[in-house]
Amino acid sequence: MAAARQAPAAAPDALIKLEAIRKTYVMGDTEVHALAGVTLEIAHGEFVAIMGSSGSGKSTLMNIVGCLDRPTSGRYWLAGDEISRMSVNELAEIRNSQIGFVFQNFNLLARTTALENVELPLVYAGVSAKERHRRAAQALEKVGLGTRTDHTPSQLSGGQQQRVAIARALVSAPKLILADEPTGALDSKTSVEVMALLQELWKAGITVVLVTHEPDVAEFAARVIVVRDGLVKEDRRQTPKPAIPAAPVPAAVDEAAAPPAPPKPETPEAGGAA
Amino acid sequence: MNPLMTLRIALRALLRNRMRSFLTMLGIIIGVAAVIAMVAIGEGAKAQVEASFAAMGTNLLIVMPGATNAGGASGGFGTGPTLTWDDLKAIQTELASVRAAAPVLRRSTQLVSDEQNWSTSVNGVTPDYFSLRSWAMEKGNGLTQQDVDSATKVVVLGATVASKLFGASSDPVGMNVRIGNVPFLVVGVAAKKGQSSTGQDFDDVAFIPVTTYQRKIQGGLQKYLSGQIYVQAVSDVTKAEKDVRELLRDRHHLAVNDDDDFSVRNLTEIAGAQAEGKQTLTLLLASVAAVSLLVGGIGIMNIMLVSVTERTREIGVRMALGAKPRHILSQFLVEALTLALFGGLIGVALGVGAAGRLAIQFGWPMKIRTDVTLIAVGFSAFVGVVFGLYPARKASKLDPIQALRFE
Ligand SMILES: Nc1ncnc2c1ncn2[C@@H]1O[C@H](COP(=O)(O)OP(=O)(O)OP(=O)(O)O)[C@@H](O)[C@H]1O
Ligand SMILES: [Mg+2]
Repeated sequence: MAAARQAPAAAPDALIKLEAIRKTYVMGDTEVHALAGVTLEIAHGEFVAIMGSSGSGKSTLMNIVGCLDRPTSGRYWLAGDEISRMSVNELAEIRNSQIGFVFQNFNLLARTTALENVELPLVYAGVSAKERHRRAAQALEKVGLGTRTDHTPSQLSGGQQQRVAIARALVSAPKLILADEPTGALDSKTSVEVMALLQELWKAGITVVLVTHEPDVAEFAARVIVVRDGLVKEDRRQTPKPAIPAAPVPAAVDEAAAPPAPPKPETPEAGGAA
Repeated sequence: MNPLMTLRIALRALLRNRMRSFLTMLGIIIGVAAVIAMVAIGEGAKAQVEASFAAMGTNLLIVMPGATNAGGASGGFGTGPTLTWDDLKAIQTELASVRAAAPVLRRSTQLVSDEQNWSTSVNGVTPDYFSLRSWAMEKGNGLTQQDVDSATKVVVLGATVASKLFGASSDPVGMNVRIGNVPFLVVGVAAKKGQSSTGQDFDDVAFIPVTTYQRKIQGGLQKYLSGQIYVQAVSDVTKAEKDVRELLRDRHHLAVNDDDDFSVRNLTEIAGAQAEGKQTLTLLLASVAAVSLLVGGIGIMNIMLVSVTERTREIGVRMALGAKPRHILSQFLVEALTLALFGGLIGVALGVGAAGRLAIQFGWPMKIRTDVTLIAVGFSAFVGVVFGLYPARKASKLDPIQALRFE
């Protein structure tokens, strides 16, 4: 990881600090301002829901916060380190060690077991095979899939796949978990299960930022940020509603009897995890 | 990420698409196998030519009556006689560069034993002939100078003739054969020589003393030597060839502008030229095979490009989880390299197998060139890297967001 740069502008407890972040796409001779100057701070240990209509810039914001994309202008500090000017390799290291991603369409490697999918971040962190197995198994245990380690994504329901993805996001013990519409492909019952897991992680001290369209889902967060036309339009704190799954998660759920998976999102062709 | 890890990821990706991986390797497999088999064929043919010329004898010149015509040296038999017995004597005695010279008179005649008959080439020779061709006796003592001096009716049989007339296992020495109704005593069976480069059987032959040949086969003594003279040089064949030519031109009173009325074949030179011809053939075959290796490489590139496109989302996921561009680069590069190297190794096995079969088929020695094998495998690895590099670079340069969005 890059040497910790001194960031005088960042408050000591701010995990994420965005300053006048702009992202402009040039399409022919028109410019699309996906982000039009976002200034925002998220402290350690917050649980934030980002809402907004389609095309408002939520995903763009998440990608920049997740170090997958760079802003056109503005500055960004993550845990005190300025990200905006880091190299491609430094960004990869930050993503690997500090951030866990959960995607709407799960993005598990196809024809690769749950265990190997969860191991993937540790492969790039250079963790030994034995330690990888141990930590991945532990993470799967945590999301209630301790008995499903050998299943490939096609043998798992949508909710189970998303839990594998959450296990993969938390296996490298990141400070921050970013989830772009994690319940977008799930039914309401399964959504509550996933949200219960995210709340659990938040209570364990991990900062969670998620994007959602559904007000029901946003209720589980402690802070709601509404984005419109690339700008923060609303930023309020609330008492999070506890997510209580219909049947307790993790262990007691009878996965075999779980409701049929929602329309199956594609999983990328896999080259294998390990 | 250690190299072993990268290799395991690559192997798993390849095993996931077994059929496609195999078909991709096929180009390399065929290319390498072809290079190895083709070079082995060329080398085998060359070795056979060399062996058959060695069987003719070392440092050998063959002097024949008649000029060399446009089609190369003619057989020497049947052309107008120009060489005399005195010419032979002069070559034997006057030239320091010549170790020995022997006359060979030849006619196709029927040999008859008690049970069988067999038509073969009957040669009138002297004992020197056998030493010229370093041709030992398998059985019996062979011809002696005494036999030549007194024109005795004795015969040495080639291995093929002996087995045709008396059966493969019997010992014909001491038996009689009739040549043109004249009984001859078998005094030897010559050791097996094998085949010439044109496939002619060296052992389908019989030898009698040259003097006996003149009397019983040719019908009377003559001034002209109606056959060939085999000449063995002391060491420098070219010098001996020049000396023989000058001596004969002088003895035949040829003017400066006159053509030779005889011809001299330098077997060492012919062997060299033929071997060189096979070498050229080898090179030609090998380069055609090398082109197919190149085509195999293009096949790898094609499939790797397809694979990168198919796995765009996988690449995006890996990048989001912390893979650096070099991790992605090495993943795809190692896949291409593995395909090429594996293909190369299978190709070597196949090529060696094919070369072995062909060697048995054509009855020549199996010649696998280690250097060519190493070059072929090295080249296929090189092809893998070169043709894998472009797709791998393409994969590593993908933008993670674009890759994750890829449908
Ligand atoms: N690669 C790109 N090239 C051009 N325009 C883009 C690109 N990515 C995003 N945009 C534009 O930027 C704006 C914000 O897109 P973004 O994906 O952030 O929206 P969103 O809030 O996530 O929408 P949704 O809720 O539908 O996911 C949109 O107008 C979109 O068309
Ligand atoms: Mg979006």
